[in-house]
Amino acid sequence: MTRDVGRPVATPSQTVGPFFHFALTANAALGTLAKDGVRGERIGLRIRVLDRDGPVPDAMVEIYHADAEGQYGQAHFDGFGRLPTDGDGTCVFETIRPGAVSTRADGAQAPHVNVCLFARGLLRHVYTRIYFSGDAALDEDPLIALVPPGRRSTLLASQPSGEPAVWEFTIRLQGEGETVFFAL
Amino acid sequence: MSTPQELAHSQPPLLYPPYKSTIPRAPAEPMIQVPRSFADLAAPLFGHIPIGGTDNNLTRQHPGEPLGERIVVAGRVADEDGRAVPDTLVELWQCNAAGRYFHARDDHPAPLDPNFGGTGRTLTDANGIYRFVTIKPGAYPWRNHHNAWRPAHIHFSLFGTSFQSRLVTQMYFPNDPLFPYDPILLSVPDEAARQRLVSQFDLALTEPEWALGYRFDIVLRGRHSTPFEGRV
Repeated sequence: MTRDVGRPVATPSQTVGPFFHFALTANAALGTLAKDGVRGERIGLRIRVLDRDGPVPDAMVEIYHADAEGQYGQAHFDGFGRLPTDGDGTCVFETIRPGAVSTRADGAQAPHVNVCLFARGLLRHVYTRIYFSGDAALDEDPLIALVPPGRRSTLLASQPSGEPAVWEFTIRLQGEGETVFFAL
Repeated sequence: MSTPQELAHSQPPLLYPPYKSTIPRAPAEPMIQVPRSFADLAAPLFGHIPIGGTDNNLTRQHPGEPLGERIVVAGRVADEDGRAVPDTLVELWQCNAAGRYFHARDDHPAPLDPNFGGTGRTLTDANGIYRFVTIKPGAYPWRNHHNAWRPAHIHFSLFGTSFQSRLVTQMYFPNDPLFPYDPILLSVPDEAARQRLVSQFDLALTEPEWALGYRFDIVLRGRHSTPFEGRV
């Protein structure tokens, strides 16, 4: 049945390509994590994806985050979302602000959203995190501590003026202010 | 977990200039290595993606039968310890037999098939096995370089058991003459690794008087024999 006789090696990644929408993002409900009954502060999480030349209109953004108490995979909140970017490189998730995650041996992590980004031109997906500007726990976050200080601001979402329930995050794939990406 | 050396050979780089779209999009700064204890977040549950009916049979999703060569595509999903990954979501999508995607932005002048949408999903069983019935996809041109054609392929998306095991890839068919010209396949540096993206004709999966069978086994990153390592 298995043709590899030695130690299994991971199957290589290949790009998601430009034509995934009819299969992977046909279900618009995957943009709404804050369904009825989910406890927590409702936020719109607006993510914009840019490459060297400007907006990326054919990316797929997946997010995964804890509930308001910092717990993953709870019955009331599965914490997973998936949306395509529009012509402006943007997508907006309706979700809740996650709580600090404190179940790790490495210590408490500041509230954050895990992001997997897929696109034509990305031979493998890239992984980053969204943290919330002004959060008191940022200084203690063990993962931010691994990032050179000058690049940490690329991991911060901010609130646009006049939109109190919206957090905005820009992913810059390449060029000035390139977002920090993590290797897992 | 794969060593960095194994990953460097088995996985494509982010920047591979023969595939032109990587040039403006590949991150250039070094990545920050995440300690293992953060990488093995349990994967999403997907209770909200209903699966059933004809989701794993792409030839039965429309009133009529699609045109093209009916095939069975099946395989086993395992981790890097060789352990089966049961109950994990497998999504696939592809163009039709003429090389055209059911997608508004695909302008290849080949016919759409009203009886073929080209998307499916299923869960692996207790032994990590998945199985789809579909149509063999066609080759199609793209504009990466002069006379560029993609070898026939089926896109796969899998989650596995942790954030680290997330995989989007493409399955190819044996002995495709377009392999030496395809920068997406050639982006994988190691020939043995590229071969793992090529399905194998399998007589045992072939159904008499019905459909040829192709086997495509998938290995997801991660070792899950100690799933609670690093957690408190």
